[in-house]
Amino acid sequence: MYLTKEENSMLKGENGYAVKKSMEILAALGRIYNAEKLIDVGSVQVSGVSYHNLGDAGLEFLEELAKDGKVKVLTTLNPAGMDLENWKNLGISEDFAKKQKLVIKAFEKMGIVTSCTCTPYLIGNLPRYGEHIAWSESSAVTFANSVIGAKTNREGGPSALAAAFVGKTPYYGLHLDENRVPNIHIHIDTSLKKISDFGALGYCIGKKAENKIPYLTGMKEADVDELKSFSASIVTYGSKPLYYIKGITPGYEKYQIPAEKIIIEQKDLQEAYSKINDQVTDIELVCIGCPHCSIKEISQIAQLLNKKQISPKTEFWVASSRAAKQLSDIRGYTKIIERAGGKFACDTCMAVAPLKGRFKSVATTSAKGCYYSRHNKMLTKMGSIKECVDAAVTGKWK
Amino acid sequence: MKGRIIMKGKIQDVALVTSEPISFYGGVDPNTGTLIEKGHELQGKSVKGKILVFPTGKGSTVGSYTLYRMKKSGTAPAGIINRECGTVIAVGAIISEIPCVDLIDISKIKTGDLIRVENEKVSILNPDKK
Repeated sequence: MYLTKEENSMLKGENGYAVKKSMEILAALGRIYNAEKLIDVGSVQVSGVSYHNLGDAGLEFLEELAKDGKVKVLTTLNPAGMDLENWKNLGISEDFAKKQKLVIKAFEKMGIVTSCTCTPYLIGNLPRYGEHIAWSESSAVTFANSVIGAKTNREGGPSALAAAFVGKTPYYGLHLDENRVPNIHIHIDTSLKKISDFGALGYCIGKKAENKIPYLTGMKEADVDELKSFSASIVTYGSKPLYYIKGITPGYEKYQIPAEKIIIEQKDLQEAYSKINDQVTDIELVCIGCPHCSIKEISQIAQLLNKKQISPKTEFWVASSRAAKQLSDIRGYTKIIERAGGKFACDTCMAVAPLKGRFKSVATTSAKGCYYSRHNKMLTKMGSIKECVDAAVTGKWK
Repeated sequence: MKGRIIMKGKIQDVALVTSEPISFYGGVDPNTGTLIEKGHELQGKSVKGKILVFPTGKGSTVGSYTLYRMKKSGTAPAGIINRECGTVIAVGAIISEIPCVDLIDISKIKTGDLIRVENEKVSILNPDKK
């Protein structure tokens, strides 16, 4: 890979330890993937924030980098392992909280906006169409590539951090137009009625179009929340972090409909539900917000919970960014949800919080949420926001 | 044999070889260095201090930090040889400073062979081999 004079001096360590390590990472990735050069990125999203996943070694590595590392472009952060303010109320231990706060402190020292959300595009890290970015967090990567039309590979935590310290990323993979061509046609021959249908659809396509770039036809409508859910699901279950939807996402006009064709019918969605759902009636946790709830979703939850009471046997969590919660506070939604017995879980989510052993079952709107909950040994149910709220109120899935 | 340097370094140690990909996150216990993935060829074997030879990485990107954690606790492999190194293993080797080389025909290496890795060069030092 070609390196400029300036990049070579970074590699030699003339700009400090963090930049040197970062250049080593970028140069190695460039070699592995045959990148011709490094290119500038407009923004970075860094994953690998939960102390639950990082452990002491990860924390130590971040503290080492924070000694002399400062990010060069707008950099936002993925969810942490806990709500940074309300952690006690969510049953997080003192020890865990102490370590998690040190992780956040290290990121703050690097100059990162500690947004702690998987929806950076909803809170101010919004790239433009065609912009090169270096993001980790698979759902955000997929949303940015597909719904916004920005260009990013699926980075890991350390490689995204490296891009932030250098302001560049190797020019390969989905940064190149030739690798963004759709290669499988998915025709939707059924109507999508609720948000979880988009999760189920993502499951079907992810499994059937493993490692391919789908071109969807037949989808009549989808709002940002539905596309956010679909983005999370499709990449969790196996396809590349890029798709096109005719008439809905940008850039599809540039391509011909691929020859290889798969039709998705109602029975496929039903099968997806039967794979994602377990046999369970009593629901111990209801969590909405994977990816993080938008202010629109929070308003829907508040409307459904108004003058209702959550079952004493069930916990109800709204996972969102702190920014969305602040808007919810202003609108009075927070008060309604908390009065009903619900809790906000800001800065964190069901995929990265230490939930193993705490709940036997979970209901959620998210197919990705179900996937990670199974890792945490929970039985899962997926449905609409209304079905989830009903489960929280009655303690049972109907 | 000559490959491609992922992380430079010189090391001489005994090989532990598998033909199956390895996930460090969830697949290896960082406290002991034991491979714990159910049904894996190397299940129950310790990678600690070995030159670990496997085709490629798999699984979550958190695996890079797991390697770093192993290096800090003294349970990491001494070196890594891959057929084709992916992002997770490459980044893990770099941040942990574990010598790592790929594009090597790993079928030539057997568990127990004495191996020397010298940047992109890999030599089998067994007395009966040249």
